[in-house]
Amino acid sequence: MRAPVNKLIPFSSVDGPGNRFSIFFQGCNFNCLYCHNPETINLCSSCGACVDVCPNNALDVIDGKVVWKEAFCLKCDLCINECSNLSSPKVKYMSVEEILKEIIKYKTFLSGVTVSGGECMLYAEFLKELFKEIKNLNLTCFIDSNGLILFEGFNDLLNLTDAVMLDVKSFDEREHIMLTGKSNKNVLKNLVYLGSKGKLYEARTVVVPDVLDNVSNVDNVSRMIAKIDDKIRYKLIKFRPLGVRKEFSKIKIPSDDLMAKLKDIALKNGCKNVIIT
Amino acid sequence: MNNVLNIIKDFTQTYHQKIISLARAAENSLNVLNISNDAKKLKEEGIICDLNEGNAPYRPRYIVVDFEKFFKNGSAFLRLNPPKDIWEATNNLLILYKHIPSITTFPVYIGNIDYLLEPFIEDEREAYKAIKLFLEHIDRTITDSFCNANIGPKRTKAGEIILKITRELQNSVPNITLKYNKETDDDFAIEAILTSLDTAKPSFANHEMFVKDLGENYAIASCYNGLPIGGGSYTLVRLNLAYLAKKAKDEGDFLDNILPYAVDVMANYMDERIRFLVEESNFFQSSFLVKEGLIDSDRFTAMFGVFGLAECVNHFINSDNVFERFGHGEYANRLGIKIIEKLSEEVKKHKNDYCKFSNGSFLLHAQVGIDTDKGISPGCRIPIGEEPELPQHLLQSAPFHKYFPSGIGDVFSFDATAKNNPEFILDIIKGSFNSGLRYISFYGNDSDVIRITGYLVKKSDIEKLERGEQVYNDAVILGLGSVKNQRILERKVRKI
Ligand code: SF4
Ligand code: SF4
Repeated sequence: MRAPVNKLIPFSSVDGPGNRFSIFFQGCNFNCLYCHNPETINLCSSCGACVDVCPNNALDVIDGKVVWKEAFCLKCDLCINECSNLSSPKVKYMSVEEILKEIIKYKTFLSGVTVSGGECMLYAEFLKELFKEIKNLNLTCFIDSNGLILFEGFNDLLNLTDAVMLDVKSFDEREHIMLTGKSNKNVLKNLVYLGSKGKLYEARTVVVPDVLDNVSNVDNVSRMIAKIDDKIRYKLIKFRPLGVRKEFSKIKIPSDDLMAKLKDIALKNGCKNVIIT
Repeated sequence: MNNVLNIIKDFTQTYHQKIISLARAAENSLNVLNISNDAKKLKEEGIICDLNEGNAPYRPRYIVVDFEKFFKNGSAFLRLNPPKDIWEATNNLLILYKHIPSITTFPVYIGNIDYLLEPFIEDEREAYKAIKLFLEHIDRTITDSFCNANIGPKRTKAGEIILKITRELQNSVPNITLKYNKETDDDFAIEAILTSLDTAKPSFANHEMFVKDLGENYAIASCYNGLPIGGGSYTLVRLNLAYLAKKAKDEGDFLDNILPYAVDVMANYMDERIRFLVEESNFFQSSFLVKEGLIDSDRFTAMFGVFGLAECVNHFINSDNVFERFGHGEYANRLGIKIIEKLSEEVKKHKNDYCKFSNGSFLLHAQVGIDTDKGISPGCRIPIGEEPELPQHLLQSAPFHKYFPSGIGDVFSFDATAKNNPEFILDIIKGSFNSGLRYISFYGNDSDVIRITGYLVKKSDIEKLERGEQVYNDAVILGLGSVKNQRILERKVRKI
């Protein structure tokens, strides 16, 4: 079994507790306007458009497939800029063993492993096999998910998972569809399901001025969290125009005042652990 | 005499800094050491350097007083009784500090201060006040950053108070080291990490590793120098591997001929310094520290320093491709280890009877460099500007640490956001020590107090000095030099 991996990061301080090995899978079932890594959304169609822009011949077409020769890659990302398919030619289809080998190199420095994306739940079966092995290394397993796929259907995986970090991008269904292309029904279901099973480490909402109804989102989501378990961490993330698509790069960063006001709302609604980043 | 007049007229030195400079000038007017021609030549070429230790050693470079004994017995010479409360304890320490000689004229080690003060903590508020005054007094009177206080490994009330005050004061003195091992509980370690992100200290010492090499009774003095308590180091001389490399025809010649030759010449030079200190200066016959058993010549050693390994290796690699150079290329890194292994072998061959603590051997020390080193990296460090990503950096660096019982360390600058997840840094420390790292320091990229190479200064003081104003800490001068010559402020910031 193999899954498409966009990137491995051996040390991460922002993907859960302690130092974590983060695995970013390729492919997503949302298409968020503000996506910070839009090149992780689709699988490569091997259209070949990026091959010619590569300054170091690190890309080739073999049997109609675009192939990435990592040893030649300068990490200039010109290929990604060229791709109009929201994809990247630098994706590796990795096996559980191959990923494990990388994790073991850094094991002594780690609290655990976090799988992210794209949307890693697209590869839930793969994750199950991966987590079985990671558990043998005495590391914790975290999932970072957009919440479209229902966790109810994957209790085997959930039993191997220490906790999930869930994006709740909008409370309003229409707004959620406008932003991501999909309804938020499953996201909210997951919030309740994971929370009540004690598997929710953190819920997060990105704050985008003018585009979203931030006050209503934070107000409603924090009420839900407080009702499930007031110790669940609620992370309010400032939108930053880094890495986003051109159309979104002109959106303002939320002010510190707005962030403080939103945090206040969440605290008043009973959340005990609210952080701003 | 021109030099003396220049010192007297210098605008940026304080009165005390002038006295120290004048004493140094007086010492250096003598010519009493019997130095071989080979040593003279290597010194002139900048290959051997005694780091301004002076021409007539009249005190050991580093003295590591047994403060526990001092607390138990008091001092007849200083007419001090064993302390009975926190005020007497801190007062006795402050008095003794002013009588401990060293290369800087200030004490380089001021005790495992949390363990020393813990028995005297009765009322926490009173203890807080006493310790705050104590630390403030140290910063304003021990006006030199090469002064190390140790804490840990176990959590104590005193240790917690010291960390809290350290965050409040934002001073550069004393340098602090947390001796870290499995007995250090995570909460205490996290407090230490948050303190360090705020004010660049404490650093973390791999306690288990130091105990294995130096025994239970060791201390971290000056920058990160592991030395025996109740003793110290007679001298520290350093070998410039970067310049030495240029004398060799190729790697083989360097390893087989040039390096062994230089080690021999330098070791003999160290012998001569030690001989004068022990046999002629009368330090060990006259000092009350010796008479009262607070130090003992049997607990002394000497430090054989090296620096510029990166440039030495890169000289032989001769490549502009960073992926082939020291810190990145597999061949380069292996050559680095080979050189240090050979160095260690050669240094062990030399014996000096006065170094009883280390069975007649000198201890290897990865020297952190001085302000005037231009383009030469400290010890075995990877040059600033060429640092690999943190995981690779740690794995590259760890294998060197076991060769340097008397000190080696790495410094990392973290993005201030690391404060949101201090467990992240604790994981890195644990992993580093499991991988064989001996000593690790870090600071937040937004803090005023920063670590230059081994010592701390305030960025704001550097700016003052650059404007030609006086500052009371004399290490700031070194800090300014290092910022200019060694690009300290350009150290890679770890945003992860
Ligand atoms: S990042 Fe893309 S374009 Fe740049 S060298 Fe690598 S494969 Fe080629
Ligand atoms: S990465 Fe994009 S541009 Fe390149 S082949 Fe794949 S789909 Fe085409």
